[in-house]
Amino acid sequence: MYSTKEPDAGTPARVSSQLVTLQIDGMSVTVPAGTSVMRAAFDAGVRVPKLCATDHLEAFGSCRLCLVEIEGRRGFPASCTTPVEAGMRVTTQSDKLAKLRRNTMELYISDHPLDCLTCPANGNCELQDMAGVVGLREVRYGTEGENHLVGTKDTSNPYFSFDPTKCIVCSRCVRACEEVQGTFALTVDGRGFQSKIAPGPTDFLESECVSCGACVQACPTATLMEKSITDLGQPDHSVVTTCAYCGVGCSFRAEMKGNQVVRMVPNKNGQANHGHSCVKGRFAWGYATHPDRLKHPMIRAKITDPWRVVSWEEALAHAASEFRRIQEKHGRGSIGGITSSRCSNEETYLVQKLVRAAFGNNNVDTCARVCHSPTGYGLKATLGESAGTQNFDSVDAADVVMVMGANPTDAHPVFASRMKRRLREGARLIVIDPRRIDLVRQPHIEAEFHLALRPGTNAAILNAMAHVIVEEGLAREEYIRQRCDLPEFEKWKRFILEPKNSPEALQEATGVPADQVRGAARLYATGGNAAIYYGLGVTEHSQGSTTVMAIANLAMLTGNVGRPGVGVNPLRGQNNVQGSCDMGSFPHELPGYRHVSDPAVRELFSTTWGVPIDSEPGLRIPNMFDAAIDGSFKGLYVQGEDIAQSDPDTQHVTRALSAMECLVVQDIFLNETAKFAHVLLPGSSFLEKDGTFTNAERRISRVRKVMPPLAGYADWQVTVELAKALGYPMHYEHPSQIMDEIAALTPTFTGVSYERLERLGSIQWPCNAQAPEGTPVMHVDAFVRGKGRFVVTEYVPTPERTSRKFPLILTTGRILSQYNVGAQTRRTQNGAWHDADRLELHPHDAENRGIRDGDWVSIRSRAGETALRAKITERMQPGIVYTTFHHPDSGANVVTTDNSDWATNCPEYKVTAVEVTPTTKPSDWQKDFQRFTDAQAALMPQ
Amino acid sequence: MDPKKLVKMANDIATFFDAEPDRAARLSGISGHIKRFWDPRMRLALFHHLDQDAGVGLKESVIEALTVSRDSLLPKP
Repeated sequence: MYSTKEPDAGTPARVSSQLVTLQIDGMSVTVPAGTSVMRAAFDAGVRVPKLCATDHLEAFGSCRLCLVEIEGRRGFPASCTTPVEAGMRVTTQSDKLAKLRRNTMELYISDHPLDCLTCPANGNCELQDMAGVVGLREVRYGTEGENHLVGTKDTSNPYFSFDPTKCIVCSRCVRACEEVQGTFALTVDGRGFQSKIAPGPTDFLESECVSCGACVQACPTATLMEKSITDLGQPDHSVVTTCAYCGVGCSFRAEMKGNQVVRMVPNKNGQANHGHSCVKGRFAWGYATHPDRLKHPMIRAKITDPWRVVSWEEALAHAASEFRRIQEKHGRGSIGGITSSRCSNEETYLVQKLVRAAFGNNNVDTCARVCHSPTGYGLKATLGESAGTQNFDSVDAADVVMVMGANPTDAHPVFASRMKRRLREGARLIVIDPRRIDLVRQPHIEAEFHLALRPGTNAAILNAMAHVIVEEGLAREEYIRQRCDLPEFEKWKRFILEPKNSPEALQEATGVPADQVRGAARLYATGGNAAIYYGLGVTEHSQGSTTVMAIANLAMLTGNVGRPGVGVNPLRGQNNVQGSCDMGSFPHELPGYRHVSDPAVRELFSTTWGVPIDSEPGLRIPNMFDAAIDGSFKGLYVQGEDIAQSDPDTQHVTRALSAMECLVVQDIFLNETAKFAHVLLPGSSFLEKDGTFTNAERRISRVRKVMPPLAGYADWQVTVELAKALGYPMHYEHPSQIMDEIAALTPTFTGVSYERLERLGSIQWPCNAQAPEGTPVMHVDAFVRGKGRFVVTEYVPTPERTSRKFPLILTTGRILSQYNVGAQTRRTQNGAWHDADRLELHPHDAENRGIRDGDWVSIRSRAGETALRAKITERMQPGIVYTTFHHPDSGANVVTTDNSDWATNCPEYKVTAVEVTPTTKPSDWQKDFQRFTDAQAALMPQ
Repeated sequence: MDPKKLVKMANDIATFFDAEPDRAARLSGISGHIKRFWDPRMRLALFHHLDQDAGVGLKESVIEALTVSRDSLLPKP
């Protein structure tokens, strides 16, 4: 049987330049100082029995199974908690040790149910293994007297159960919750024989547990057990692949029984996640085989017609002929495509290639338009590359962490756990966010500064911080002189020192007291290695690009770019946002962020692709909508995006989609956009195809097929077939060949290949002759653009203003258990935590409006109206309300406006003036939405 | 393309570059951004608005930038 177990060295690896040599069972072994005897033994090939030790947790020394003898020492020290010493002579096996271990195991087993044959952990149980290892042959103690054999199983969590009768109180779960996840939801309740593991005074579902799975992974028995294992049994093989949720890009082992996923387990060797996971990646994969999956291509002439199931050939031929018909009638630029940040690099590359080579224009865009396009623009303009500067591991060397417009514990939970660990170790924290996000105050973590600014004033806050740093002489002048464009710096310095940029002058606009801004600026500039992590709360503003550039200014000003522990770190929303941008998904850039107007670049692609490349930029997504309403844009190929739900001003979007003559949607579900489509092409989930994703730290990781595509084709194959139907054949047998083409055409990918990915596990681009194994930290000796460029970032208030009619500001965001438009997570049991979007508002605003917690409220803006239930919370500051957008019937984007970032047209989701009032009925839009949804459902084949 | 939207977009770009003290850099910033990021039909529509409706609503710096860079901004037929 294929083993799914990973070797466990017992205690964490230590890094030290000092090496220590010792003898273990007569063998000489050399390890870094600080290593435990247990781990040194493991390195020497000796397995010391253990129960409470595991190599992703610090040693605890409670189970007394890993005892060893050490020459010259009295007693039997625990090998897990004993550090190695030079010349130490250790014996791991002796009669005395064997007897002690057997006695210990006997005690454990005497209070453990002996139902091994029917236990879900059968075949993968450390307790069972250790009983075998120590040679336990009898249990002399009966079950009479006090024991733990009777207890109530907690099945409240949708994904795992807790059976206290099987618990050996090794505390691995408690320690995993603390050390790995950093939530501190579990505890050992009681003392001595009464000790028991508890998720607080409640069950798991109602507790503070975030269902990351770390405790389940740590449990050496069947106490904490995945329900999927209970239902399906142990897996027979596993495949390493990459999660398809957020931009952390966690590596997982898909544990399989044939073509069926039994569980997803975070890969201990995963270079982005180091064996940790969150509720989405770990448990919420059931959507892949949900009954709602589209399995057959379908076409229809009008969106009021019933869908007709057709063959792949007919669907693709129909789509191609429609696209060609439209182009003949309305011109070459009348059609376009949208690539997906949920699809692989190879797939997005092919879609943009299809648009540029087969459609013959540059009308291609991607969902980064509505999230991180300002990051691409801002970082390229200042530092020279459209990507974050660090790897995730870099946070371990940070002394100051500044989190701005991001909520990592909800949106990037695995990285958040890493960050929290560093904060518990003593790094200092600045949070810039209108909401009191969880990071502001957590067990053992408290932000030194929480700048609770008004939405829309990010640029002002950063300018004020930069003003303080320059004014108080805290800038790293030498760094700037060596590495930055000095005339640009001098110009910027004059600007930033203007009195209008002082914290005192800006505090009325930002709502943040000047002394707090000054304190945060001083800490950022003088606290040691300072790293900035930011999210969509920075980019999704009318000044999104300006703010990204202001972040880069601040980092350059303080010398915080170019080494571990510092940097500018955009936390990407979707799994492959970075990759989809890298692959040339923007209408003005070919792969590798090279502008279409560059004749040398066009020549390169023209030669390889065999067609001329248009030298003019194409339409961006919002421009596509405007052009559709205008009548000059009539056809769209959308792969794996749901623009009807995710893009702002829903009424405008649906008007544009309704104006299309041919909308081709390729997706795994009938999403909101698909309801406006004329051709439906079934997509494939990440489990059904080979490829690569690139995460927020530029890390390219393999996605591996573990089951065949439900509808017959992987997404890249569908694009190949569509191109062929359009008369532009593409010749690929496997995604590795697509990557080879990308590498041949893209200087930052020159060294990337599937062979190298196999060898290295993952690669952070740039990967080329200068950096054959990739680049964890960028801009080390110099900025990519040569000299770092300070850009003048004038604060300009958003045109979206509050008024008597719309006195509140609505801002939007995500929640841990749901993902983006919810198409995946809504089709899992994650609804147990978040079954509907809620409007969060401050008690003061609620009281003024007569709103009680749970009431239905109407949210009205200048763009539209919707209704949600209210959640009253002091996380919000008065005057600001908040909601998520995971459920289509919530209509969060019915309310958002069409204001956008000046540089990229990234929508301003984060600032909408609204009024909130009690209501008893859904909004007109919600009624229309329901009618339309019902009508579309009736048009699906029965 | 809706001229109102184009006017707003162009003005937003100009608002950013208006912070640039040097006039030539300011104007080339505006025209360069429009050239690099706007589809030709959007540029044509903006010029149409400038020529037919005297650029009503456009900031002065946008009008200046469009005028100075007309040849490079107008797509080649």
